[in-house]
Amino acid sequence: MTPRITLAITARVLRQLTRDRRTLAILLVLPCALQALLWWIFKDDPLVFDRVGPALLAIFPFFVMFLVTSVTTLRERSGGMLERLFTLPMGKLDFLLGYALAFGLVAMVQAVLAVSVAVGLLGMDVGGPVVMLGVVGVADAVLGTALGLFVSAFARTEFQAVQFLPAVVVPQILVCGLLTPRDAMPGVLHAVSDVMPLTYAVEAMDRLASGEALGRVWADLAVVVAFGLAALALGAATLRRRTE
Amino acid sequence: MSSPVVVVDGLRVVRGGTAVLDGLDVTVEAGVTGLLGPSGCGKSTLLRSVVGVQRVAGGTVTVLGSPAGSPSLRTRVGYLTQSSSVYDDLSVTENLRFFARVLGRPVRVVDETVELVDLGRHRDQVVGRLSGGQRSRVGLAAALLGDPELLVLDEPTVGLDPVLRRDLWAVFHRLAADGKVLLISSHVMDEAERCDRLLLMRDGAIIAHDSPAEVKRATGTDSVEDAFLALVVPREGRGATSSTSEDQR
Repeated sequence: MTPRITLAITARVLRQLTRDRRTLAILLVLPCALQALLWWIFKDDPLVFDRVGPALLAIFPFFVMFLVTSVTTLRERSGGMLERLFTLPMGKLDFLLGYALAFGLVAMVQAVLAVSVAVGLLGMDVGGPVVMLGVVGVADAVLGTALGLFVSAFARTEFQAVQFLPAVVVPQILVCGLLTPRDAMPGVLHAVSDVMPLTYAVEAMDRLASGEALGRVWADLAVVVAFGLAALALGAATLRRRTE
Repeated sequence: MSSPVVVVDGLRVVRGGTAVLDGLDVTVEAGVTGLLGPSGCGKSTLLRSVVGVQRVAGGTVTVLGSPAGSPSLRTRVGYLTQSSSVYDDLSVTENLRFFARVLGRPVRVVDETVELVDLGRHRDQVVGRLSGGQRSRVGLAAALLGDPELLVLDEPTVGLDPVLRRDLWAVFHRLAADGKVLLISSHVMDEAERCDRLLLMRDGAIIAHDSPAEVKRATGTDSVEDAFLALVVPREGRGATSSTSEDQR
C-alpha cells in the first residue's frame, strides 16, 4: 500500500462524484428528505418518529452507500479499468482503501446533514450525546460501502449489482428491529438478526436515542467496524490482478 | 538484432474450458512490432499475458528480463486496453493527472503528454464527450505517462479515420525512435506495412514473424493481406504442408 496512490484514488473518486450531481444528491439530500417524510407521516404522533427515526438514521446511509458503491466499483471492474489499474503500481489495498476513504468522507457530510435535520429541524428526542449519532452514522455508511465493494465482485452488469439491494440489504432492514423489537421476533429470526451487521448500527442509534450507557454503544460500534473491516478484507480477496 | 524485450515460452491460456493459446512461443524485439490477426484469434489474450493480467495455465512470459506482471515492471510497461480504459466523467487532464499520481510522475508530464498525442485543444473537455479517436488518444497518453520502456497497445487505431491513423502511427514511430519498444495489435491488415516487424496470428498460433517485406517475399505476394491468405489457405486446403513462415517454431 502506498499513501500517495491511495489518496490519488480517493481524490479521483470524489472528483467523479462532484461531476455526477444526481448521485451526490442521492447521497447527501435523500437521507434527510426521507427522514423528513417520515416525520411528516407521523406528524400527529411524534412518539413514532422518536421511536423509528434513530433506526432510519442507520438504515438510509447504509442503503444508499451500498447501492452507490456496488454500482461504481462494478463500473470500474468492467470496461478494463481495473485491469489497467492493476498494470500500474497500485496495490489492492490502495484501491479498496481509496474508495472507502472517499465514501467515508461523503458519509461524514451525510451524517452531519442527516443528524442535523433529524435532531435540529425535526426535533428527534435524543438522550445521549448527539455527536455519537454522527459517529455511528459514519461507521454504518462505511460498512455499506465495504459490503457494496464486496458484492460488486459477484455481479457482471450494473443491473445485477442493483439486484443485490433486495437480496442483501432489505432482509437486514426487516430483521434489524425496525418493524418490531428483536426480542419479540421468533427465535430463529432473532438469531439471524444477531449476525446481520445493520442490526448493530440500528441498535447503537436506538441506545443513543434512549440515553443508555455509552459502553453498550461503543460495543455495537465495534461490531459494525469489525463487519466493515471483514467486508473490506473479503473485497480484497475478490480483486485479482490476473483474470481469465 | 538486440536481445528480445519479450520472450514468450510455451504459453498456454485456457478460457472457459478451451485453450485459447496452447504452447505459444514468440519473441518481441526493439522497434514497432505489429500483432495482426482476425478478431478472436488470441491477440488480446497474448497482450494481456505480456502485461501480466491474464491468468496463465502454463509456460512463461518474460518481459525486460523479469516475469510478466512483476511489481518492478509496473512502471516500465505501459498498457492500453482495447476499450481505452479512461474515466468518461473526467476531463482529459483530470484523467491524466490521476494516472500520473498513481505512477508517481510530476504533474508537468501531463502537459507534455497531452501535446504529444495532440489533445491540447481538448484538455479540459470531459472524455465522455470526445470522439472515439480522441478518447483512444487519452488512453494512449495515460499509457505514455510513466515513460515506459515497453508499450503494449491493444487495437489503438480501431475505428479511426485514415488521417488520424496516420498521425497516430507517426507518434508510434517517434516513440520507437526515442528507443521505446512498441507491441501493437490490429485486425486491419493494411496497418502491417507501417510496422518494423510483424507477428501474424491465427487461431492462437503465430503463423509468421518477420518484417513486412520479408513476409511478402517469402510468400511471393504483394500485400500482407495476400501473404496472410497464402499462409492460411494451404493449411486449411491441404493440411499442414511445409510452412512458408520464416521462424515459426
